[in-house]
Amino acid sequence: MTPTQHTPATPTQHTPATTTQHTTPTPGPRRIAVVGAGMAAARFAERYAALGGRGEVTLYGAEPRAPYNRVLLADVLTGRYDAEALTLQSATAEIRTGTEVTDIDLAARTLTTATDGPAPYDDLVLATGANPVLPPLRGLRAADGELLPGVHSFRTVEECARLAEDARGAERAVVIGGGVLGVSAARALAALGIKVEIVHQAPQLIERHLDVQAGGALRTALAALGVETYPDNRARALRGTDRVTGVELASGYVLETDLVVLACGVRPRTGLAHTAGLPVRRGIEVDDTLACAPGVYAIGDCAEHRSTVHGLAGPAWEQADVLAARLSGADPGARYTGSRPLSRLTAGPVQYAAFGDAGADGPGLDVLRIEDATRGAYKKLVLRGDRIVGGILLGDLTTVGALTRAYQRDEPMPADPLYLLTTQGVAP
Amino acid sequence: MTTIQASDTAGPGQAAGTVDTHCPYCSLQCGMRLTGTPVQVRERPDFPVNRGALCGKGQSAAAVLSPAARLATPLVRDGGELRPASWDEALERTVAGLSAAQRSHGRDAAGIFGGGGLTNEKAYLLGKFARVALRTINIDYNGRFCMSSAAAAGRKAFGIDRGLPFPLEDIPHSGCVILVGSNPAETMPPALRYFRELRENGGKLIVVDPRRTRTAELADLHLQPVPGTDLALALGMLHLVIADGHRDEAFIAKRTSGFEQARAAAMAHWPERVEQLTGVPVERLTAAVSLFAEAETGMVLTARGPEQQSKGTDTVGAWINLCLATGKAGRPYSGYGCLTGQGNGQGGREHGQKADQLPGYRSIEDPADRAHVASVWGIDPDDLPRSGVSAYELLDGLGQDGGVRALLLMGSNPVVSAPRAGRVTERLRALDFLAVSDVVLSESAELADVVFPSTQWAEETGTTTNLEGRVILRRKAVDAPEGVRSDLYLLHELAARLGVEKGFPDDPEEVFDELRRASAGGQADYAGISYARVAAEDGVFWPCPDEQHAGTPRLFLDRFATPDGRARFAPVTHRPSAEEPDADYPLYLTTGRVVSQYQSGAQTRRVPELNRAAPGPFVELHPHLAEQLGAADGDLIAVTSRRGRAEAPARVTDSIRQDTVFMPFHWGGAGRANTLTNPALDPTSKMPEFKVCAVRVERAEAAR
Repeated sequence: MTPTQHTPATPTQHTPATTTQHTTPTPGPRRIAVVGAGMAAARFAERYAALGGRGEVTLYGAEPRAPYNRVLLADVLTGRYDAEALTLQSATAEIRTGTEVTDIDLAARTLTTATDGPAPYDDLVLATGANPVLPPLRGLRAADGELLPGVHSFRTVEECARLAEDARGAERAVVIGGGVLGVSAARALAALGIKVEIVHQAPQLIERHLDVQAGGALRTALAALGVETYPDNRARALRGTDRVTGVELASGYVLETDLVVLACGVRPRTGLAHTAGLPVRRGIEVDDTLACAPGVYAIGDCAEHRSTVHGLAGPAWEQADVLAARLSGADPGARYTGSRPLSRLTAGPVQYAAFGDAGADGPGLDVLRIEDATRGAYKKLVLRGDRIVGGILLGDLTTVGALTRAYQRDEPMPADPLYLLTTQGVAP
Repeated sequence: MTTIQASDTAGPGQAAGTVDTHCPYCSLQCGMRLTGTPVQVRERPDFPVNRGALCGKGQSAAAVLSPAARLATPLVRDGGELRPASWDEALERTVAGLSAAQRSHGRDAAGIFGGGGLTNEKAYLLGKFARVALRTINIDYNGRFCMSSAAAAGRKAFGIDRGLPFPLEDIPHSGCVILVGSNPAETMPPALRYFRELRENGGKLIVVDPRRTRTAELADLHLQPVPGTDLALALGMLHLVIADGHRDEAFIAKRTSGFEQARAAAMAHWPERVEQLTGVPVERLTAAVSLFAEAETGMVLTARGPEQQSKGTDTVGAWINLCLATGKAGRPYSGYGCLTGQGNGQGGREHGQKADQLPGYRSIEDPADRAHVASVWGIDPDDLPRSGVSAYELLDGLGQDGGVRALLLMGSNPVVSAPRAGRVTERLRALDFLAVSDVVLSESAELADVVFPSTQWAEETGTTTNLEGRVILRRKAVDAPEGVRSDLYLLHELAARLGVEKGFPDDPEEVFDELRRASAGGQADYAGISYARVAAEDGVFWPCPDEQHAGTPRLFLDRFATPDGRARFAPVTHRPSAEEPDADYPLYLTTGRVVSQYQSGAQTRRVPELNRAAPGPFVELHPHLAEQLGAADGDLIAVTSRRGRAEAPARVTDSIRQDTVFMPFHWGGAGRANTLTNPALDPTSKMPEFKVCAVRVERAEAAR
């Protein structure tokens, strides 16, 4: 494969509100502006350079630090990782930290930051990520409009550092939201010796990926670590004036606490794209070339591809890899056709892997299930014919390698696929 | 100068008395004793590497000396057929072929392709022949297909490339050894005792291999990754070393550089991600890290598995990182090593067969290195050619514009052993002229215009350097059949007929003494090594700069061989193989070896007892895959890649991953594994990706 000059992506099906014309590229290296300096942005920069891309890549990050691995934040809280150790490679890219992009002019191909005037670019990559969703709670904010002291969201290293600081000396914590982030945060706080309670609206934990039985087994495993779960409960208000002292549930019951962690999901950051007139639904709409307009791309948590916003690191990196292959010239025809993502949690002794439509049931589906309450294991495989539709491994992940590979590769299953749930044939 | 040689009075295939020598096959270079008429192989218990043990190949090595097995006269092509000829005619035809190509297409149209089985003397003289007699840039050798990725990574990290930085006898004293993509149970059985002893001493053995090999069955822990994901696995282990506080901070600070970038790369490979890439569960990854990091001392040994990939150099670099981060390098019973494959895989890469190197591991582009070697050779440095292209690139360009038109092939059988072998065979056929020097009429020799029958192993004297960096002496024990001459004689005669009368002696010890001078002051410094010392000391480890120097069994104990003495972390990151499975080619193919055959099989396939043990190629596949195909053990299976199709009987076993099939590569013809392999090259080492490509698998009759 010989390095070739970058050619502009093929025009997309989307018609942005502001139409742009391809201008003659300015002499000198191609300027690629990446809005965002999170995991997708870092991966793009690293792969772009590794694939021989010769453009100048600039990452504009709102956070005050170089790209880091957000996936590991819960274990920064437990002290397993030093926050500094999370830093990711971004090759030769220039990284402008603490530099929020405030405006994009698609027609002029320039962007403006909080501090600097219009800077020209040739290609624009939106990797703006997602913001935590703040729940509608009475008493959420103090008089100054900030979150009430003792209340934390948990998305950035800075938020994690503040939470860690605040957790010192805390005895009780309430986590609002029982999704993946809430469960990881709860387990991390429990590892610090804090008594933790999870308040969760749905009937079970992590309902997006787990079925009822798995949610129940997870709840039991968490309880053994000192984490109580209150499913089917909604937080209504926070108590406390100078500092949070309790969480009031819709039932009227009040959980006394020293700390509150908000883990109510995230929402793609699309404001900049929306204002610029780019197509936005839940996320910024991209096609298989990851373009949302000629020369404008979106990857990672802010991107919506074929009506799906993944919000997971795996698909974000797959998108970054495809875009890097295209823009570097290594494979100008590369396409992103979707991911078969995996939800995977290792939180100390609590671990599961779940993928696909693990809750599916109905005619034409085979469901294989192993429940081992004594050993805290729950395993499930959903098949349609000889193909895996979804699956869950919780507690015992001995076969996780074979099972997730089989799902991701869409391998045909043999007549008796039970071996994927047992330890039979697993190497010593 | 002491000359140690057997009497010349014995007849062909007959030993005069008893001669202590070494095995003709792999890089262990086991000691063996030859005795009797006809000559027989006996134990040589006092030689430290194998302490008397020999595998089936070594035990039956004398069979290749049989006149029935070997070539006994030069052959030339006449009217399409090879016919016996005199040496004089064969030499004249060769000089004419090489000269004609150079006259019509320039000097670089003549080329050399060597082998890692050649003695140091032959490798040295072959390199000199290319640069001084032919004055071509085009010389490379099959060692490029063997250890070049490990060599490149070792040089980057440690400043020097020696397969093992310690003798094999250190292995049993280590706390934990990780064998990556290495199967000594099949490839070097006499070395297996070191791993058994390791375990008897309480040390732990971890084996990384997509197949549950006989070696893996000996392990405390077997990690079975997807082919081509060793790099991710090593990065995941480094990640856990950092996360779980297993770093040796003092070692990192005092003896290494570049940790921060390597750490950043490892941060991108957290355990759950590595699990998805490799198929190795987090739990097992964690167990491996605990075993390795908590041991007082530890070693990582790689072989072809991680090395024969288009990212082989980076993969080895990632395993070296693991050693450096845990302080397991440059200390007793600790370190990274490569288990080199070919008999002289180590020495063969040090003395000038490689496109970019001069003797003593010198660089052909470095002015001081050029000046030194030119002075030993008595030529003007400006007359030394520059570096040429790597092995596959050389083969791929044969007969093409700008490529080699006339080739001398010595001690290699690329028709069977090169990647995308169908294409390579075509290229060999496209040459204006091909001369092959070999012991037997190999598949490659069958294509030649001229074939020279060369002396081998027990018929000649010469040194090799084993995987430990130990220079050893193979001694002549028998006379070769009439009509067989040494490669040194061949080069001497060709050089003379090309007008270079001096500088190509055909006496091995004379060549070795010149090699010592040429290597003096280089990284692989042999200056202090003599035949007499090698014989008296059970081998001498390089570097050995003068005769008073004891040699260097253990490297790096005080400092690494980099300019500042620090080892370098490699800032490497995982990426997919050059060809990943897709809808059309949904499975991985990986290739390897069986115990009873060696390399392209040119020698071992001529030994009846080895052929009985391993009669032909096969396709190893998982029972679930066999069920899908409706194939039973022994059914003929067709394996197809983008480069061709091969057929061999099924061998159904649950020791292999379901997404992978395995073929041994020792055979030509319809079952030739290398018909399928992908010549995607590592950007640094130019190693082809033998170990991973995408294939489709069917029952052969269904596929027709």
